[in-house]
Amino acid sequence: MPAAPTIASPNVPDAAGRFGKYGGRYVPETLVRALEELTVEYDKSRSDAAFQAELDELLKHFVGRPSPLYHARRLSQQVGGAQIYFKREDLNHTGAHKINNTLGQCLLTMRMGKKRVIAETGAGQHGVATATACAHFGLPCVVYMGEEDIRRQKPNVFAMKLLGAEVRPVTSGSRTLRDAINEAMRDWMSSVETTHYILGSVVGPHPFPRIVRDYQSVIGSETIDQCRSRLSRLPNVVVACVGGGSNAAGMFYPFVPHGEVELVGVEAGGRSNQPGDHASPLTYGQPGVLHGSFSYVMQDDDGQTCDVHSMSAGLDYPGVGPEHSYWKDAGRVRYTSCRDDEALAAFDACASAEGIMPALETSHAVAKAMEIARSRTPDEVVVVCLSGRGDKDATEIARLKGVQYG
Amino acid sequence: MPSIDQLFADLRAAKRKALMPFVTAGDPDLDFTAAVLQEVVKRGASLCEVGIPYSDPIADGPVIQASYTRALGAKVKLSGILEMLGSTAPKLAAPVVTMVSYAIIFRHGVERYCDDVAQRGVSGLIVPDLPVEESPQLAKVCAARNLSLIQLVTPTTPRDRALRICETSTGFVYYVSVAGITGERRDLPPELLENVGWLRTQTKLPICIGFGVSTPEHVKLLAPVADGLIVGSAIVRRVADAATRPRAEVLREVGDYVAELVAAL
Repeated sequence: MPAAPTIASPNVPDAAGRFGKYGGRYVPETLVRALEELTVEYDKSRSDAAFQAELDELLKHFVGRPSPLYHARRLSQQVGGAQIYFKREDLNHTGAHKINNTLGQCLLTMRMGKKRVIAETGAGQHGVATATACAHFGLPCVVYMGEEDIRRQKPNVFAMKLLGAEVRPVTSGSRTLRDAINEAMRDWMSSVETTHYILGSVVGPHPFPRIVRDYQSVIGSETIDQCRSRLSRLPNVVVACVGGGSNAAGMFYPFVPHGEVELVGVEAGGRSNQPGDHASPLTYGQPGVLHGSFSYVMQDDDGQTCDVHSMSAGLDYPGVGPEHSYWKDAGRVRYTSCRDDEALAAFDACASAEGIMPALETSHAVAKAMEIARSRTPDEVVVVCLSGRGDKDATEIARLKGVQYG
Repeated sequence: MPSIDQLFADLRAAKRKALMPFVTAGDPDLDFTAAVLQEVVKRGASLCEVGIPYSDPIADGPVIQASYTRALGAKVKLSGILEMLGSTAPKLAAPVVTMVSYAIIFRHGVERYCDDVAQRGVSGLIVPDLPVEESPQLAKVCAARNLSLIQLVTPTTPRDRALRICETSTGFVYYVSVAGITGERRDLPPELLENVGWLRTQTKLPICIGFGVSTPEHVKLLAPVADGLIVGSAIVRRVADAATRPRAEVLREVGDYVAELVAAL
């Protein structure tokens, strides 16, 4: 394996799906042909003007892109430091960044002549975005979701059903995102000839980490354009939450060559830094193999995946995308973590100061951005990827706060 | 304990086929795993596959998944499995291979894992989540220790790729009968015989068929085109009974089942 790079390159992954030493394709032989086909078709689609034009059209008129870059003035004043801006992915159709990826992958599905779509979901945002894209194109859709996540993200479960998707509860293991990915992979093992698996994050075997990053990079590219035209400069700091890491990868990737911009990824610190109390593999884990990819992961000494905890279903995952591991080792992105209670406080601050309810996942990034902004001067700019809206979390927040809902 | 190469050379010379039961290490405990290994070999198994429990086995169906969950729930550790193998494998009249996720091998250390199993009398490795592209390093380490690294060919594998897989596989080739996960099936795909028959014309390596194989009818159907048949979930399901029923009884039933399959070879 090559040594850790000193400068993060945007020209990753290589043909084997490696981001430095991370990534790769650790999957059963049964899936290899489909992954190779996907790699080839994805490459072709990138130079297919009609394909790109269709995707651009959808992003503009169906999703509502470009999403605004919003100056959170009251929150910035209350924090008392740098200016905080939100990249409003919460304003996308379906309320999160996930739709950027699912539309692209649905177009790929049809390009490959596949007739059925499966997906996993944690918070339900990717499930809703997949169900939405499938409804738009008339593709049958099955979404695997852990029972624990079904409990804490009920509105999204119902939305998926309304959109015509079948939601299959996953009862194995910790009944969360990790187990939903396992079940989706098992479905794909048997259905791979006719089904495309729309993975929702920058995780899994090559080429998924690259495809999802590329489709989400519209976030970072727009942010760069918006900063240049509105502020005539790039931001000082860009902050995003990291579960599997798709919104962060999409936000950070276009900034990678701009070394003067500080990039900060925020993992779920959960209840404490004790094993099992958090979901912060980049902060507390070590490199290993999970879900087809070599990356930082929470594992025990035997290589068994550890149970993790986050109050937010979308961050409650023991692994992370391989490109984040690459950026961590290269020192291009600083990864840190934020506890449940800190994220909840940031949710309240954001809701009351700005009239914006961020998703619980996103609240982790907001919390860290507020902390960073506090230590900076008012002429500095901190951009937060406001990856999703918090409506889906209302009942869970009520439960966490011990108040009656409805 | 013969090497895998020697075993298949002997079987071919005698015009016989191998039955290869799969047992999950540590379900319900390692003592019983050792007893099952001894019993199945006594009843005619030619090789044994020992499944190292893994928390996220995406190629496995509900029966093997559940056995892994039980074993891990009972706090079975790799150190204990190695100890059991060390006291069992060298005395068996059949080679033992471990079915193990690369997640476990990597965490333990590639060289250390191979050293540890080789020293305990294990003859080979099946790594279900390590396709040929990712396997050169492990293949080198295995070769240096005389361990077979058994690669898998599946119904979704294009033929040119199957040939490349056969070039890198050692010991035998594991032909996966179905595009899918492990588990008993009533019917096997109709094109299976033809596909295995084709592969046989392309390689001198022994070919063993697994996934879904569970009845004497399957065995009768497949034995003529294969060098061996691998039976997993049907064994694991029977062994699981040992948690709630007298062990001697379960052991005898597993033995009877293996003998029935061996008789159909």
